[in-house]
Amino acid sequence: MIAFIVRRLVAAVLLLVIVSMVTFAIFFLVPRLVGSTPDDLASRYVGRDASPTSVQAAKKRLHLDDPVPLQYGRFVKGIVAGDEFDYGPQTVKCSAPCFGYSFRTSQNVLDLIKDRFPVTASLVFGASILWLTGGVAVGVLSALKRRSFFDRAAMSIALAGVSLPIYFTGLVSLSLFAYTWKIWPDGVQYANLLDNPVKWAYNLVLPWVTLAFLYAAMYARLTRSGMLETLNEDYIRTARAKGLPERTVITKHALRATLTPILTIFGLDIGLLLGGAVLTESTFSLPGMGKMVVDAITGNDLPVVLGVVMFTALFVVLANLIVDLLYGVVDPRVRHN
Amino acid sequence: MTAPIEVSGSEVEAQPDAVLAGVDRKAIQGRSLGQIAWLRLKRDKVALGGGVVVLLLILAAVFAPVLVKLLGYPPDEFHRELIDPVFSRPTGAYGGIGWDHLFGVEPINGRDLFSRILYGARISLLVAFLATLLSVSIGVVLGMAAGYFGGWVDTVIARAMDVFLAFPLLLFAIALVGAIPSQASIFGLFELKDNSLRIALLIFIIGFFNWPYIGRIIRGQTLSLREREFVDAARSMGARSPHILFKELLPNLIGPILVYSTLLIPTNILFEAALSFLGVGVAPPTPSWGGMLSDAVTKQLYPIAPHFMIVPGLAIFITVMAFNLLGDGLRDALDPRAR
Repeated sequence: MIAFIVRRLVAAVLLLVIVSMVTFAIFFLVPRLVGSTPDDLASRYVGRDASPTSVQAAKKRLHLDDPVPLQYGRFVKGIVAGDEFDYGPQTVKCSAPCFGYSFRTSQNVLDLIKDRFPVTASLVFGASILWLTGGVAVGVLSALKRRSFFDRAAMSIALAGVSLPIYFTGLVSLSLFAYTWKIWPDGVQYANLLDNPVKWAYNLVLPWVTLAFLYAAMYARLTRSGMLETLNEDYIRTARAKGLPERTVITKHALRATLTPILTIFGLDIGLLLGGAVLTESTFSLPGMGKMVVDAITGNDLPVVLGVVMFTALFVVLANLIVDLLYGVVDPRVRHN
Repeated sequence: MTAPIEVSGSEVEAQPDAVLAGVDRKAIQGRSLGQIAWLRLKRDKVALGGGVVVLLLILAAVFAPVLVKLLGYPPDEFHRELIDPVFSRPTGAYGGIGWDHLFGVEPINGRDLFSRILYGARISLLVAFLATLLSVSIGVVLGMAAGYFGGWVDTVIARAMDVFLAFPLLLFAIALVGAIPSQASIFGLFELKDNSLRIALLIFIIGFFNWPYIGRIIRGQTLSLREREFVDAARSMGARSPHILFKELLPNLIGPILVYSTLLIPTNILFEAALSFLGVGVAPPTPSWGGMLSDAVTKQLYPIAPHFMIVPGLAIFITVMAFNLLGDGLRDALDPRAR
């Protein structure tokens, strides 16, 4: 088991290194490949009021004239050990993990992320419970009652669910529930959980249901096909031949094998969404990390974008790691491979 | 494998053996896998319906300029006379939907939605098709290489797929669009700027990051095909790897390639629409479905003019659904084991 954990940890760290390389490449290497000079790059890091002196200062501050590998080294060092920014008269110390400062608000990007994270986490937390229970339950029932009316209806709705863009369902539900029927007369506003838990939950119902509907549709489809495949396995026939009650065959034998791959996907989805449920947050104007990153793109606030991308990558890697370790517990074959 | 295929209700089955023996040979000829699949697909009315819608959409996109000339107004022409100056919404009922403007007019400026939807379909389908082509090319080449050669080649490619699948794809796409300047020279070969650069970028991003989904499937299929007798037979007759890969394996992979390409297109349409919705797709005034929905949110137009949200939303939904139905039907037809 120890060897298994160590192996997974090493893999997680490697994944993080690769993701950091890709992130770095997106921001510093790719623009160069398509013909941007260090000056062009620097001009994108000074915000709106770009004067030639501030561009030169930004170029120097970000060391954009250095060879690319050296720049990458500095980028990693900033995240791991903190960095110092030379702003002419004074130097600003930015302690690890340092993602730099926003151009627009001059705030530390890490602080901004810490501010926004609870919103995204609340959204994902509530929705994930809904879609996991709902999606899996519908999928299992559909598989057990294959070709029944329930199965056909559920799978048609699920297919429609995966074909509907989430911002469209979000807008439709907003215009129906908030504007026409006035159930949420002020639209959706985020309320802090600790200040007012009831208001928090009440205001998040629409985003939760909207986000959960899409994922529940995907999970129902996945669970159904996984369950049908499992029910065809020899060991299910064996279990039935032994005379086990059908309930035991389904819950103890079939369900367990079906749920393990679902668990992997669930972990990945949670990791990805925690980095910002970009579309849902934009639709409902929830001030989460996804909304922040979209606003940062339109405002050309690259340090914020970079920070959120790295932060998300960290979450994905962590979620992967947790799922891998859980897998080792649930499925003994994984450990010994 | 020209096994008897149940063509229930067909004439051949209904005839007694004696008659069958007398029928000219054509009637009992073996059917190719393609014919079998086509027969199955023909019986799947839902999938066929999806296919017809897909075909109509493609035709509509290709002939958009003609259709707009016949049935609509130029996509960038303002019709402010149709807009209520106080609420900036169309004066006509249901957003001004009528024979003159089939899908109504846009709030504020009164541009014809029918032509904007049609021109939006061009961008949407172009990006989705080319991005799918890119993903499928990379996925098939790498998937076949991984499955066929095994060993370290497989290890490297399989790991790369895992890494790609773990990427926060949407965020990377947003970041990449944001980080690339509005004018760029691709490897110093050709200059692109503004919308043509954006479209090229969208195709590249969507196509490049999606290849592992199809790569995984092709790898798995290649792994199992590699062990089949016909590959052994080819090898024992002295065939080399290129021959086995292209002449023996590839024809057997056409089925899954076709199915998963069809299923990747709707994903890519949704992806392009999402990027446009977030403001990093094609830039206005070029019409795009996601861009219209984005206007509906950011300018708070959907409460006053619901049709402005419903029309592009339904366009995306119908397109994606049609491709999904066709793809599901193709999968059932080509691989009866999958349900």
